[in-house]
Amino acid sequence: MKALRILGRNIRDAFKSVFRNFSLSLASISCITITLLVVSISIILTYNVNNFAFLMEKDVTTVAFLKRGVTSEEILAVEEAINRLDHVENYEFKSKKEIAEEMMRSSDIFKTIMSQYTDEDNPLQDTFLIKVTDIEKIAEVADAIKEFENVDVVKYGEGMVEQLVAVFDIVRKISIGIVAALILVTSFLISNTIKITIFSRRREIQIMRLVGASNINIKIPFIFEGLFLGIMGSILPIIITTYGYFAFYKNFDGRLFSPFIRLIEPEPFVYGASAVLIIIGMSVGVLGSWRAVKKHLKI
Amino acid sequence: MSLIKFCNVKKVYKSGVTAIYDLNLTIDKGEFVFVIGATGCGKSTLIKMLYREEKPTSGQIYVGGLDVARLRNSKVYKLRRKIGVVFQDFRLLPKLTVYENVAFALEIFGLPKSEIHGKVIKVLELVGLKNKAKHYSHELSGGEQQRVAIARAIVNGPKILICDEPTGNLDEGTSMEIMDVLEEINKIGTTVIMVTHDTEIVNKYKKRVILLDAGRLLKDYKEGTYNHESA
Repeated sequence: MKALRILGRNIRDAFKSVFRNFSLSLASISCITITLLVVSISIILTYNVNNFAFLMEKDVTTVAFLKRGVTSEEILAVEEAINRLDHVENYEFKSKKEIAEEMMRSSDIFKTIMSQYTDEDNPLQDTFLIKVTDIEKIAEVADAIKEFENVDVVKYGEGMVEQLVAVFDIVRKISIGIVAALILVTSFLISNTIKITIFSRRREIQIMRLVGASNINIKIPFIFEGLFLGIMGSILPIIITTYGYFAFYKNFDGRLFSPFIRLIEPEPFVYGASAVLIIIGMSVGVLGSWRAVKKHLKI
Repeated sequence: MSLIKFCNVKKVYKSGVTAIYDLNLTIDKGEFVFVIGATGCGKSTLIKMLYREEKPTSGQIYVGGLDVARLRNSKVYKLRRKIGVVFQDFRLLPKLTVYENVAFALEIFGLPKSEIHGKVIKVLELVGLKNKAKHYSHELSGGEQQRVAIARAIVNGPKILICDEPTGNLDEGTSMEIMDVLEEINKIGTTVIMVTHDTEIVNKYKKRVILLDAGRLLKDYKEGTYNHESA
């Protein structure tokens, strides 16, 4: 009962002081709002770049061409060998007959050309289409398959894939670095703003100490205050992120510049992003208050 | 057992200034003590060490069984709950009313509202400010503000009331009003320790007088008068 009363008083006091020191509260709130907006934009960018990279990587396929005239037993042997490899997500066998049919379906020119061949003198090769679990292992997997008996050539877009992987890796690292740096800067900014707020109330803290409030007793209302400031500061960024991203997605019809660059679907992405924003807001509010009050508890 | 005990207390500030040299002193429960002396004699340091704004450099200070010198920063509240402090500059919160200023000292303990109300009204009655409970502190005179500060200091029922020149900013008539309030509090059983410059007050009330000079205890009169020439 007593603890409940103290808690209730703390929450009430936190509310009161947010409004009593309104101009300084507003400074803290707008500081949180602005930085969270920037954080939100970088989260959206990072996720979309990552998503795009992920989709691209998923599409990269290794093709193993088998030697001409392999028997069905030999094909089975190659399949078993592929099965034993690490880092293989899935694979698919396409006989030269299937490929020929696919080609004939795809265009009339191919149809005329291919119709000159019978199944026996089909110039195409039987192939395995392999997808790897991790694009960074693609060269390793390709090299291993090359060594198999009856495998003629292995192709996976060498050079291009490596470059793509390297670029995406850099982009990913940079964007994560930017988000982390932003969060750090935000917490410093907010901590400083709250410090000013609390500096103006150091007399209040002194008196609390003087009349026998324990340090925890003094800290808690300020921590609640930081929590409120954090929540209030994240309201606007959350609204802007949610509605903004929905509108953005709809406006571009889920694609950016070309059909290949697909945007992340707004649901449930924006909810996750909102949760991240409010968590960042609350934690920097609480941490900022905590750090700022601590300084005044020495007398 | 004595309520307050100083054993070989020495205080040297970081600047190298020695404020108190080897002080031994005991104060019993229910006493009314004036601490007097010229400016810079160590009066303020003495009482600051009592409520642990300053720590002694060496020696022990016991207040109501607590070893103040060894008290950790996070445990200072235990001492402060036994002590009420009143300052020359009142130190009220300007954004709170008289009632809220006094209730502030009780709310941190999580008392129920009705109990807080009862205690605050009672103590405001004692200092004669019941009719000004809803005023803000800047609407009050200096004497009234000091009475609010006293009310806040004693509302918890501390054993000791420390006053650092409580009449320093007030005129003579108002000072006497404050002294009457303090004497009233002393009669209830609270030990009062008061630092002052005011000769007239000391001479009029004839209480125990501790005279400090350049950091040393010069004289300890049982029922003293303040004679500046003898200091």
